[in-house]
Parts: sequence; structure tokens; C-alpha cells
Amino acid sequence: MKEFVCILCPNGCRLRAGFEPDGETFRVEGNSCPRGAAFARTELTAPVRTLTTTVRAVGGERPVLAVRTAGEIPRAKLMEAMEAISRLTVRPPVRRGEVIVHNLLGAGIDLIATDDLAAVLQGGLKDVTPL
Amino acid sequence: MKQYYTDVAVVGGGPAGLAAALTANREGAQVMLLEREGRLGGILKQCIHDGFGLVRFGEKLTGPEYAGRFLDQIAESGIEVMTLAFVSGIDRTGSGYQLRVICREGLCVIHARAVVLSTGCRERTAKQVSIHGDRPSGVLTAGAAQHYVNLLGQLPGRRCVILGSGDIGLIMARRLTLEGAEVLGVYEAKPEPSGLARNIAQCLTDFDIPLYTSRTVTRVFGSERLEAVEVCETDSQMRPVPGTAQRIPCDALILSVGLIPENELALGLGLSLDPRTKGPQCDQRMQTELPGLFCCGNALHVSDLVDYVSESGETAGRGAADFARGRLPQAKTVPVQAEGPLAYVLPQRLSADNQEKTVFYFRAGKSCGPAVLRVRCGETELLRRRYRALRPPEMERLVLELPAELPAALQFSLEPEEPGEEGKQ
Repeated sequence: MKEFVCILCPNGCRLRAGFEPDGETFRVEGNSCPRGAAFARTELTAPVRTLTTTVRAVGGERPVLAVRTAGEIPRAKLMEAMEAISRLTVRPPVRRGEVIVHNLLGAGIDLIATDDLAAVLQGGLKDVTPL
Repeated sequence: MKQYYTDVAVVGGGPAGLAAALTANREGAQVMLLEREGRLGGILKQCIHDGFGLVRFGEKLTGPEYAGRFLDQIAESGIEVMTLAFVSGIDRTGSGYQLRVICREGLCVIHARAVVLSTGCRERTAKQVSIHGDRPSGVLTAGAAQHYVNLLGQLPGRRCVILGSGDIGLIMARRLTLEGAEVLGVYEAKPEPSGLARNIAQCLTDFDIPLYTSRTVTRVFGSERLEAVEVCETDSQMRPVPGTAQRIPCDALILSVGLIPENELALGLGLSLDPRTKGPQCDQRMQTELPGLFCCGNALHVSDLVDYVSESGETAGRGAADFARGRLPQAKTVPVQAEGPLAYVLPQRLSADNQEKTVFYFRAGKSCGPAVLRVRCGETELLRRRYRALRPPEMERLVLELPAELPAALQFSLEPEEPGEEGKQ
């Protein structure tokens, strides 16, 4: 049995989970909802996380755009994903929810914008919204 | 000088202010929303991590996405939004309040029947936690580091030490690591971490970042740029223990040592602050001791979930609209008292004309195991609820259906569970 914290919600239930000696029956203790039980199983077999970060932007009101993976990716691939994202550049305007990369790392999950980013207007700096 | 007239003026366009403005507008009031920055959204703009909105939307949103849901509604609402507008002071007038505002046009005055203060909070700084040494660059608050990384695309350091285990510090430990910096450790002066357990798991454990409790930073070294920090063990009073000093080379010290509600405007109006919440005292409508002046969000008390910040904004917005439209009767109030290891209970008083379900927020002053919360009014027990565990970082919310008449103060008390009581719930 392994002890760890459920990260699905702010309750942060302390879980105890693991396979019985038979190797088939999975036991979870300490969860207060069924989602916690499912989390425990994934966490012990193939842990996944949502990645939130930024992408370089050129010609936008800000130099970076906030993004996230549209779903969870393997925890072991977080740094590899960061590496891939660091090579990207977006050209604003970008709308919240827009797909920035389809099928990131071939993991079947898209990278999407989580904020709006307007393009810098032709008129010059006077129309640019400060941070 | 330009003069504006409105029913409700909302000061601060973060999550509390957005919710307050939208609700006041929906309740039929004319609303002006004032924001000192160039964009609405408050601190959510730079909180690009996810976990927002689980209570409210049943989804794990990032900060900008959570704010975006409200911004879309603001755009369609007809609420007058003034960005780059700084409220420098508020005065009471015969018909309400007068706000002095520095904005793009220069100085202007806004006359409002009711005001909602949703001014958020500030971070405690190095000088406020007694760190000795020079003032080299590289010492910054977690929120400032977050601003640099998430909005400006700049990494504030390559070898970082984080002091304080507040949630923003934990989030930044992960963020800096993802961006290629080395986080040497998170140091917490108290014996237990102050952030949420899930953040310790997903921000520190996931990335093998060590957490050192009962240890603090006592000195910084370096003249132009930070070169190292001195770390000491702390005793039970959080005082550094002599002879335990250790020097850690680093180029950034990031502080996550607490948040303080921002209430300059409330103080300017002569309101006193509750020493426990560091915000104004309010009733169940988030109305302060001054009629027509409301307060919500982190200005009222520091919340750990934005969902509750929005909720308090809605309550304040509804109250302000009702006040401005003359629908809020002035009733006498009864105090709400907190006993036992409760840090505080909000609201601090109730106006006696209460007819609806009332929302309370409370926080334990220290971690306690199974405990029983009791709410009494005189001899009558209104609620008895068992909590498996209560921790100071985790705020609790409670909805009570109160009797129409409250003859006496409402008493909240928290007691350790007596043996054998477990089965009764």
C-alpha cells in the first residue's frame, strides 16, 4: 500500500492504495468520492497531469501567451512537453480556447490557449493595453 | 473635473469585483467598475495554473479561463468599465459616496449611492519577515516572480530558494522548475506547511523539490545580485535557533510568506479592521459598518479558493444594488462570536432581518483532528457538525438556515470530539 495525496480537488484527501497480494484486487482508503478511487489507480499505474505553461508570442500585446494541455498527459512526459513548447512561437491575435498545437508529442492531446492575446495595432504604442 | 453618477461603484476588477459588478447589474443597478491595471481579471491574469472553478463550474480551469467566463458576461452587460483608473480616496456625502479617481482623463469624481470594495490583498515582503542583509536584486515575492514568468516571459533566477510554503510559493516552485530553473528547496518557519496538501503533492513531490519545515531564511548575501542566503532552524515560536545557520548559494529568493488584505480605502473612511481577518467587519450581505459600503473577496479575508471569492462578490453586489435602490432595510444587528480553536468566522455580525440561507466562512486557528462545530443562539443549538480534520490553510464554508428572529448573539464553537461521539452523526 502506498500513501499519497489526491490532487483532484482542494480537499486533498490522504489516500492509501495498492494491489492486494493476489496482484488483481485494487484497494483504496481515505478517498471521499469515487473520482478519488479512480485517481488512486491511475496514479499508481500510469500517473497523468495537466500541463500549464506559456508560449512565446511575437507581435502581441504581451511577449507570452498562457496555454495548457486540453487534457492530461503522462507525468513522465512533462519536461519533454516543455522542451517541445519552448520551440514554438505564436502570432497573435489568439483567442482563449484556440488550438496552438494538435496532438502534442503524439500523446493525443492538444495544446490550447487559455487567455486572449491581441495583436499590437498598426497605430503604434498608444493603443496597446498595458499589462 | 469630470463628474460621474452611478448607483454602484465597484473598486477593483479581480474575481470579487467582476462578480460584484455582474450581480449588481443583474439586480437592476447602474454599475461602474474601476480597475487600476490595463486589463480586468486581477491576479487571475498571471495564475496560469489550473485548479480554479471546481466548486463553481465543476471544471479545473486556469486563472485566465476562470476570469474569462466573467469577462465575457461583462462585455455583454452594459457595465461601464474604467481601466487604468486608480481610486485615491473615498468620502462620504449626503447621498452616498464620492470617489476620487485618477484615470486617463486626469482626475475625476464618481458619485455613487453604494460602493463595493474588492481591492484584493498584497503580499508580505522581505522587510516584513525580518530578513537581514543588503538589498541585492533577486529577492522578490512569489507573485512578482509569477508576473515576470507568466506575463513578461522572464525567468527571475536560475538557482532559487523559496521561503514560505504558501500556495503561490508552491505553484512557483513547479513553474520555475518547468522553465528550467533549479529550485533548491522550500523553507517553512512553521512546523507544518501552510499550502494545500494537493499543491505540496503536485508542485513539490512531482518534481522532487525538498520541503524543509521549521527552517527560515535569516540573511541575504550579495551587494548587486543575490549570491546566497542564510538558513536557520526555528524553535516552536518560529525564532531562529543559534548555531544552526547554513549558507546556501543561490541567485533568487522567492517569498511566499502570507497575504494581507488591502484596505487603505476602508481605513481612509474611518473603518476599523478586524485583527483576525485584517479586513473590515461585515454582515451577511458583506455590508461594512458604514451603510452602503460593501467589501468582498480577499480584501475582506484571504480566501484559498477563488470560487468563494466570487461568491462573496455576488453577495456584496446584490447588497449594494439593493442598498442603492432603497431595498435594503436598516435593521439592528447581532454579533457572531467564535470560540475554541477557530481563527475567525465571517460575517462578524448578522442583521436581524435575515430571511434567507446564510453563508458563513470559517477557518481553524490550528490543525485539529476530529472536531465538532456547534452553532448556538442563546440556548438553542442550530447546528452540530463533525469535521474529520480541519487545517488553517483550508477555509470552510457553511450554509445555515437561520430563524427569522435572532434574540441573541450567534455562537460558533469548535471542540475536540469526545470519545464515542463518532457514531452520532
